[in-house]
Amino acid sequence: MSSDQDHLKQTDTEKRFEFKKEESSAFKAEKGLTEETIRVISEDKDEPQWMLDRRLRALKQFHEMPMPDDWPGAPDLSEVDVDEIVPYIRPDVETRGGVDDWNDLPDEIKDTFDKLGIPEAEKNALSGVGAQYESEVVYQNMQERWEEKGVIFCDMDKAVREHPEILKEYFMTKAVPPSDNKFAALHGAIWSGGSFVYVPEDTTVDMPVQAYFRMNSDGMGQFEHTLIIAEENSEVHYIEGCSAPKYSEFNLHSGGVEVFVKENAHVQYSTVQNWSKNTYNLNTKRAIAEENATMEWVSGSMGSKATMLYPSTILKGRGATDNHITIAFAGEGQNIDTGAKVYHNAPDTKSTIESKSISKDGGRTNYRGLVHISDGAENSSTSVECDALMFDNESTSDTMPYMEIQESKVDVAHEATVGKIGDEDVFYLQSRGLDDDDAKQMIVAGFIEPITEELPIEYAVELNRLIELEMEGSLG
Amino acid sequence: MARLELSNLHAKVAEDDGEKILDGVDLEVFSGEIHALMGPNGSGKSTTAKVIAGHPAYEVTDGEVLLHLEEGDFGEDFEIAEDKRTWNLLELEPNERAALGIFLGFQYPAEIEGVTMTNFLRTALNAKLEEREELFEDDDAEDEAEEEDVGYETSPMEGNVDEGEVGVAEFQQLLQEKMEQLDMDSKFAQRYLNAGFSGGEKKQNEVLQAAILEPSIAVLDEIDSGLDIDRLQDVSKGINALRDEQGTGVLQITHYQRILDYVEPDHVHVMLDGKIAESGGPELAEKLEDEGYDWVREQVYETA
Repeated sequence: MSSDQDHLKQTDTEKRFEFKKEESSAFKAEKGLTEETIRVISEDKDEPQWMLDRRLRALKQFHEMPMPDDWPGAPDLSEVDVDEIVPYIRPDVETRGGVDDWNDLPDEIKDTFDKLGIPEAEKNALSGVGAQYESEVVYQNMQERWEEKGVIFCDMDKAVREHPEILKEYFMTKAVPPSDNKFAALHGAIWSGGSFVYVPEDTTVDMPVQAYFRMNSDGMGQFEHTLIIAEENSEVHYIEGCSAPKYSEFNLHSGGVEVFVKENAHVQYSTVQNWSKNTYNLNTKRAIAEENATMEWVSGSMGSKATMLYPSTILKGRGATDNHITIAFAGEGQNIDTGAKVYHNAPDTKSTIESKSISKDGGRTNYRGLVHISDGAENSSTSVECDALMFDNESTSDTMPYMEIQESKVDVAHEATVGKIGDEDVFYLQSRGLDDDDAKQMIVAGFIEPITEELPIEYAVELNRLIELEMEGSLG
Repeated sequence: MARLELSNLHAKVAEDDGEKILDGVDLEVFSGEIHALMGPNGSGKSTTAKVIAGHPAYEVTDGEVLLHLEEGDFGEDFEIAEDKRTWNLLELEPNERAALGIFLGFQYPAEIEGVTMTNFLRTALNAKLEEREELFEDDDAEDEAEEEDVGYETSPMEGNVDEGEVGVAEFQQLLQEKMEQLDMDSKFAQRYLNAGFSGGEKKQNEVLQAAILEPSIAVLDEIDSGLDIDRLQDVSKGINALRDEQGTGVLQITHYQRILDYVEPDHVHVMLDGKIAESGGPELAEKLEDEGYDWVREQVYETA
């Protein structure tokens, strides 16, 4: 074990996971995104001074930080044009995100809506054409039940106004500070919308809290912030997702998610996302787990031109547990760079990471993960399993499971497989009556089965359906 | 009654300068018949099986593989038009061949993780029935059918999609019956397809699949290799049932007389250097068991 560990210690993870602190001039000259812009956003939202201050501080950090463009195998971000961002985040500017008419959407997007069987009203809402989809109504009843127990579930703008004490303490202070990386800083400056979930002590929310199909026309779908706080002995499952591709002319999505799991609490965060193929999807998601707390991340990453997403958990209290389940699909022209990060900062902590990726038609998937076990985090254990399935010789997949182990009394397991879909397997299924596409779909469905069985049934069905559509090459 | 006809079949490995393996195979199998195909290693038995099923690793350079059907082959209610009674299998995809009633029992069945036996077999059965409908449909009707196929019948959030011709409950009952017949543990239904199965279990599973898919002609490639005596009997019982209950024609590739004691062949063929060198009744298999293949070889060279 000790020699392995030495080897792992030498792995240069810092460079890949933390952005350089030195100044870069590349973004200094941004014309569009100025203090003035931020002030207008904040004013329009009727925000208190403290939030405006935080936005301005984040903006400054954004301008100072370099692009994460030196990671091995990472997506090329040179086409992300932050100058273009202003019309999409400033409510007073005429040119808006989305399109004005259903007919103006690209055909591939319209096709996808049709194939998913999404009704016209939702199509309009999802594409940002019509009014906000009235999902509020759906959980109104639920909300009343929760309110009696002190559970809060509302949009973030409302939370800023109504729960300032909680937000001042938790909003981008401990889990995802703007200084984390350039896009976290950008997010801190221009975030809009998202969900706030607060679960008091000794409370179990027995139904998944869903933020589903929630989009409105002021860029909410693109820079949303989610804050989940689960107090001691509480339990909640938060689901966020959208099977239809979110389309916007502006090509950057940069969300932020912060989760606080207190003593003996249990939080599951599940998401299935499908971005239109012009989108750069760059997110920062982080959880802090206290003593004997459990954090679970389940994510399905579909669509986008490039995705960089590494949900991370800091196991801060003794006996805390983290589970990560991720699935990614990359088709032609896509680079999906996902993974997981776990910091074992206390004894008896445990993490498991399961990652599955599929690449096809020249697509690229990377697993980029980090497990850090601090000195003193004795009796901790981690298990990392990443499997990649490729459809053809043009597609690529890399596995970068970095480990930093500073404690010797630990249990570390790691397994990785990379394989091409087997011709003999396909022929076997074909000989039983499945056509070529169905045979491959069945193999892929089997490949991701360990993941889909963890998802609520409707998400599992959707994820499978999305992958089927991707494989038919018919998704926008 | 279905009839599989191989005539003057030549095939090679599908690559530049690929090895020639089949050198003029002539063979005819009627439904309801049991044929044993024997011969030394490398004589082309497995290749024959794979070419019949449409394996992409082989290229047919000459000859034909035809399937002749008659009214009633797919049940009384299924109409087979006059002009759709003879099919050139070499022009069809493997799944289309399956839809016409061809089944290949693999020597080394694939292991598919994450796909339960139940899910796989029901999907396969429905795919086969659907493909069959399409193959026998009036050509004019085809366009309409395709239109209907587009899209989801309901939203994924609202419920299940079309279950296919054989529904979940009906299928489970069918599967259970067939598994009992083969003396298979019912827990196999929820296991992943062949994943972690023993050699014997895999072979048993091949016969189970044939029993579910009800082929007109089943080609079984060394179904008896790696079986202990108990399982050999189970598998043999399953093969006999295919013929007796479903009228399946069986082309059984084997190295050993042993299975032929339980599954008595109507015809025995000996393959040598890519062709059928000798055909006869069950006594031919016994002679091979006693004397090996040398005498066949000598006979062929004498007449040559």
